[in-house]
Amino acid sequence: MIAEIGHYALVLAFALALAQSVLPMVGAAKGIRPWMAFARTAALAQLVFVGLSFLALVACFVRSDFSVLLVYEHSHSQQPLIYKIAATWGNHEGSLLLWVLILAFFGALVALFGENLPPRLKARALSVQGMIGFAFLAFMLFTSNPFLRLNPAPLEGQELNPLLQDPGLAMHPPMLYLGYVGFSMTFSFAVAALIEGRVNAAWARWVRPWTLLAWTTLTAGIVLGSHWAYYELGWGGWWSWDPVENASFMPWLVGTALLHCETVVEKRDALKVWTILLAIIAFGFSLVGTFLVRSGIITSVHTFAQDPARGLFILAIFIVALGASFGLFAWRAPTLNAGGLFAPISREGALVLNNLLLAVGTGTVFVGTITPMVFSILGLNPISAGAPYYGWTFVPLMAPMVLLMAIGPLLGWKRGDLPGALQRLSAAGIIALVVAGYVLHRQSGTSIWAPLGIALGVWLALGTIIEWIERVKLFRARPRENWNRARHLPRAAYGMTLAHLGLAIAVIGMTGSTAWRVESVQVMKPGDSITIGRYAYHFDGVLPARGPNYLAERASFTVTKDGKPYTILYPERRQYEVQESPTTEAAIHSSIAGDIYAVIGDRAGPDTWTVRIYHQPLVPWLWVGGALMALGGLTSLSDRRYRIGVPNRLPVVQATGA
Amino acid sequence: MTLRAVLLVLLLLGMATALDGAHPARADPTIRTADQPLADPTLEAKARALMREIRCVVCQSQSIDESDADIAANLRNIVREQIAAGKSEAQIRDYLTARYGDFVLLKPPFNRSTLVLWLAPFALALIALGAGVMTLRRSRSAGAKQPNDLSGTERERLNRLLVDDPESGGGRP
Amino acid sequence: MKKRLLYLLPIVLLGLFAAIAWIGLSPSRDPSALPSALIGKPVPSFKLTTLDPASGGLSQQDFAGKVTVVNFFASWCVPCKAEHPLLFQLGKDYNVPVYGIAFQDQTADTARYIQEMGSPYTKIGLDQNGRTAIDFGITGVPETFILDKNGIVRYRLAMPIDADRLAGEIGPLLKSLQ
Repeated sequence: MIAEIGHYALVLAFALALAQSVLPMVGAAKGIRPWMAFARTAALAQLVFVGLSFLALVACFVRSDFSVLLVYEHSHSQQPLIYKIAATWGNHEGSLLLWVLILAFFGALVALFGENLPPRLKARALSVQGMIGFAFLAFMLFTSNPFLRLNPAPLEGQELNPLLQDPGLAMHPPMLYLGYVGFSMTFSFAVAALIEGRVNAAWARWVRPWTLLAWTTLTAGIVLGSHWAYYELGWGGWWSWDPVENASFMPWLVGTALLHCETVVEKRDALKVWTILLAIIAFGFSLVGTFLVRSGIITSVHTFAQDPARGLFILAIFIVALGASFGLFAWRAPTLNAGGLFAPISREGALVLNNLLLAVGTGTVFVGTITPMVFSILGLNPISAGAPYYGWTFVPLMAPMVLLMAIGPLLGWKRGDLPGALQRLSAAGIIALVVAGYVLHRQSGTSIWAPLGIALGVWLALGTIIEWIERVKLFRARPRENWNRARHLPRAAYGMTLAHLGLAIAVIGMTGSTAWRVESVQVMKPGDSITIGRYAYHFDGVLPARGPNYLAERASFTVTKDGKPYTILYPERRQYEVQESPTTEAAIHSSIAGDIYAVIGDRAGPDTWTVRIYHQPLVPWLWVGGALMALGGLTSLSDRRYRIGVPNRLPVVQATGA
Repeated sequence: MTLRAVLLVLLLLGMATALDGAHPARADPTIRTADQPLADPTLEAKARALMREIRCVVCQSQSIDESDADIAANLRNIVREQIAAGKSEAQIRDYLTARYGDFVLLKPPFNRSTLVLWLAPFALALIALGAGVMTLRRSRSAGAKQPNDLSGTERERLNRLLVDDPESGGGRP
Repeated sequence: MKKRLLYLLPIVLLGLFAAIAWIGLSPSRDPSALPSALIGKPVPSFKLTTLDPASGGLSQQDFAGKVTVVNFFASWCVPCKAEHPLLFQLGKDYNVPVYGIAFQDQTADTARYIQEMGSPYTKIGLDQNGRTAIDFGITGVPETFILDKNGIVRYRLAMPIDADRLAGEIGPLLKSLQ
């Protein structure tokens, strides 16, 4: 019954989406106010119906209703509740429903908070959003219905894959989707602006919150995914340049460029063409990601089951959405006036350079991802592009950007003073070089990559702090004034500071963990000890353990550092109820210098086990940096100026204050 | 524990192609290949560096250095044996590509067919540079009229437009 | 005008991507299949002991002068059991010798497997350390190769044989080679 309710809600949402796509668009063209206003109602109703459908599916999982095919395939009665719920989106159909839910959610947000949007823009944007919803609801109803029944109903389910039974991984898809689908809203606004033929500062200010929200959640989603891979997959890696990982990275890169472009449109009325194009491309990459994961065109740890029919449907959605928007773009872009002029050396100039570098980075990842696929499709000699390829192309191309990021904010709008900026950054530069030298000296080996990476991170961190110091006039004015200035800095400024700082810290983390990771694989029996660097690991033994839906062997390692007791690690090897293969849980101990990481593997004999121990220097800096970036995004989002409505309150304030 | 990652791939593949008999490694060989690190640490380090560039042929995007799969262990030992026997990295790569194709190299070889792959990023960088130069040159504001400098009549016209336009939401210039 | 053309670039690129994706989605394409690097090259040389000591070892010379099928299998491999009956059919219907190579399998286990399932194989080589398999570019079991009369590798299947493939692909190829 509940499943049927969910299904009917979906059908209703589908019909509503159709109405939402057509009526407001026609209304905007002809100036029919009620039809334009209908967009708001439709968007809110969409959320209600899709939400109802989603809740219905969750209810089926929570009740372990195995007569629903999806629940049978991905759940088990002994599964902990949180994973029964997470199983809702741990599969193709359910995650698609989540996708559509978030689409409706964003539409509803605009409907609710967009009171002061010009009616035509709002109507058109919500209409485009409705079209996307219509397409994906059609996709669901015709090829990926989550509410299919199984008759007769089995007594027990097949269990959610143990790898997915993890809190980090339970949250990873919702976060990612908030990001991916968030870009749908900027896309809708961009297309609406193209239809209207007008892009201006006001538009940029309205779009910015959505871009920020999408970017922030995408950042969080990617960091969560990496963190999960790091502690769950057992070899200490956090990024493998897998095509689907790349598919989440590309919209992130484009989204970053878009964020910065919007600033320029808002402040200087320039770079409009760029901004619109990036808004379309960002969502385009979201769709590409969806396509790669669900179509069966590639295989990856992330892909759902192959089904060419589904793939063709998504491809069709992709082609129509992007084809129409690129077509609109080709038509309207020449009419978008160029806007504010600026000198090459200026903040705008730096942002242009920043965007170009990000575009090149995105292009590189795209080429690396697509080329092996293209070779394989065209029947050419198959090749593969993995971490080493990106290390030689993406990394060197992004290094200049990190360098630039410290300088850009110190340049003025319209015309900047480069020598002055560099002079103010000289402290950062010197310290960075000193640190690089120190690192070069202390590390074994003569590779310059690690010192370079660390130096870049230090440069950016210090440069960002220097910029804040400048703004607050620290050391140059009285503390009272410093405090005042600090308090009144717009939140968006703090957002930038936090985000740039976060990236700097993350870069340091990435460099350390990639360059200096140490791995030791040993066959050990209880009582054995091995030493790596300053740490000694004593294998105490293995005891059986039990979880809600698994049996485990839990090993114990007493770790000493420089001879003194440091910690005890408990890696596990788990056997879940239904799945035949065991999974391992690594034991990790984090400190500011890095992680020590132990994994217990197969039994190598009657009383011996294969043990892997890793030293991962500076890895926690990665997670902290990532979290800071997301925090920066949130801080910017909370800026008063982005609350829609402030631009219009200004005249009233002026009148009363005059 | 990357055997899990491998198995996850296969499990997901299996959901749709179960009847096709999705490929291998679903069960572990009963004769497992043990890793035999080389005695000489320099040679072992050299071998490990090369391993990071060789793809695990049954995993996705992992190198044989990282992978838990049995065939990866086999390939690791082959790399070690050949390094110990004094073979060069190029020779070992050739050995593996003769058997598995260029696909087995995570760092694609630099030859005619992979030219696109290697040059594209740098070509993109050049194009971007060109685009940047073009954009910045056009935006040079050396003494150009500022967009904010409106004449009296222009300002008036602007006022009229903004006040009359129902879309502007009542904003003032 | 030149700018207008530039603005059309995204659509052009989109079209290209769509075309390639379209081809990529064709149902006959298996994205996880790796074409063998050995196709068109001579069969690798190797030397293995056989399950039945009396048959005197297995090497590439056994394949000389006739169209052969080489099948890698193992007792611990479940899909191998599924394709096993088809190997009998293959040998009989197309009059080709089928040679088996047991991959990383204990001799006793292989013997037991053969006793249970019967042997469609002319000879069974034992590749216990898996090196011969790597020489063939194997990524797992079962895998099947077809060699022509001159010992050139003409076909490789990296999954179990099924009846459709036998009739549609393998059979015709064998006929054309003979």
